[in-house]
Amino acid sequence: MSRFSPARVNAMLLRYVYLLTASWPRTLDLIYWPLVQMILWGFTSRFLMSNSSYVARAGGVLLGAVLLWDVLVRSQLGVSVSFLEELWSRNLGQLFISPLRPYEWVLSLIAMSVVRVAIGVVPAVLLAIPLYHYSLFALGLPLIAFFTLLVAMGWGIGLVLGALLLRHGLGAESLAWAAVFVLAPVSAVYYPVASLPHWLQYVAWSLPSAHVFEGMRTVMFEQRFAWDHFVAAGALDLVYLGIGAAAFLYAFGLARRRGSLMAQGE
Amino acid sequence: MANRGPAVIEARGLAKRYGATEAVAGIDISVARGATAALLGGNGAGKTTTLAMLLGLVVPSAGSIRVLGEDMLRHRYRVLHRMNFSSPYTDLPHRLTVRQNLIVYGRLYGTKDLARRIDRLAADLQLGHVIDREVGKLSSGLRTRVAIAKSLINEPELLLLDEPTASLDPDTADWVRTYLEQYRASHGATILFASHNMGEVERLASDVMMMRQGRIVDRGTPAELLARYGRASLEDVFLEIARERPDEAAQ
Repeated sequence: MSRFSPARVNAMLLRYVYLLTASWPRTLDLIYWPLVQMILWGFTSRFLMSNSSYVARAGGVLLGAVLLWDVLVRSQLGVSVSFLEELWSRNLGQLFISPLRPYEWVLSLIAMSVVRVAIGVVPAVLLAIPLYHYSLFALGLPLIAFFTLLVAMGWGIGLVLGALLLRHGLGAESLAWAAVFVLAPVSAVYYPVASLPHWLQYVAWSLPSAHVFEGMRTVMFEQRFAWDHFVAAGALDLVYLGIGAAAFLYAFGLARRRGSLMAQGE
Repeated sequence: MANRGPAVIEARGLAKRYGATEAVAGIDISVARGATAALLGGNGAGKTTTLAMLLGLVVPSAGSIRVLGEDMLRHRYRVLHRMNFSSPYTDLPHRLTVRQNLIVYGRLYGTKDLARRIDRLAADLQLGHVIDREVGKLSSGLRTRVAIAKSLINEPELLLLDEPTASLDPDTADWVRTYLEQYRASHGATILFASHNMGEVERLASDVMMMRQGRIVDRGTPAELLARYGRASLEDVFLEIARERPDEAAQ
């Protein structure tokens, strides 16, 4: 058999699509939070536009930030939730006595993450157009860069969380749901990095997300694409993905040595 | 041990230690092609750990494993598509239907003409009426049959089974044993199963390895074991071996 098999990646992707399409509440759950966030921040933005010079200078700066933040959250959850599905169904043992390679599984998790981001965020983006006359697509080509950079960061975090789940089982489940939100304050989603305490700015600049949101504000306020933030975020993403992949593969090897693949579950 | 052909499984000095606990203590296993071999032992004897090491799911602390001629510690991906496994302790995704599960696993194993294979398994294992029902909504007997269908999706040359009839009623258990015998005979397959069901071992196994506290303490055909211990049933042999346990707590 060939070392890498796209057919096996597709098989795993199909497994997650079957699961997603079998239950409309699961699909609704994907759409629900982005919609709620968009509506909440949309009205907040509308109010602030007439009462805040910062928001008034670029209508939609908060709404755009909310929608892009959800891209990161959904991307990470897309990896983590598909991973959790295997723990919930005690299926890891069955998967890894098959010819499925760990990296093929990772690729299927990543592909499923893109599907989940699309299902979760696109309806909110589209609904913002009639509700607030704000289109995220107005960002133009930079939107593709922002989207890609945030999705990739979500994969990296998702893989690290997957490693923790492999190591600690469902005891680490709450981390998978909550971990990314710790990064929100230092990602400078709704305010510039410069407004953070000086020492915390170093932390912010080590996150791809901070560069993305600074880049987004540069497009909105200055109508130019900040290449420096783009390059920095891309380089950091590569580091995050490398760390995520290494952590995941290390945890997988450890699980084989500890004999925990067959026993994963509650 | 009966030897009807080249060994499909050849393990030497196989050991697994978890901290201070010695789950498997340096055992040798040889299973000939076409044989049905059994690992027989009580709870904690090391049967499941042994199977997991043979499958490549657990890395041994020591020893070597060759399966279907390949070194499982270095090249397990060369043979995983030629073998399969079923256990009541690992589930299939409950929210997927029987058909969806078989499609996913068939694709993972690269099964040719998958739709026809699924139809055949559904007919053989009498799963046609539940093929589009979610696995989690099936009775334990049906779920066991689905698990067996999954384990046969790639027509494996080597089938490893962990307590294949656990939690089944006697009628269903008998039906499953008959089916496995037929599969082995029709495909020339090799079966290694772990069990503490004496009737099952007597019925299916041509070679029996008795395990206790991570060691193989005796082996032979069921008839050889009965003669050696002067007992009327394997259950009596099992009890005699099992009760020679100085430190059950260590298990």
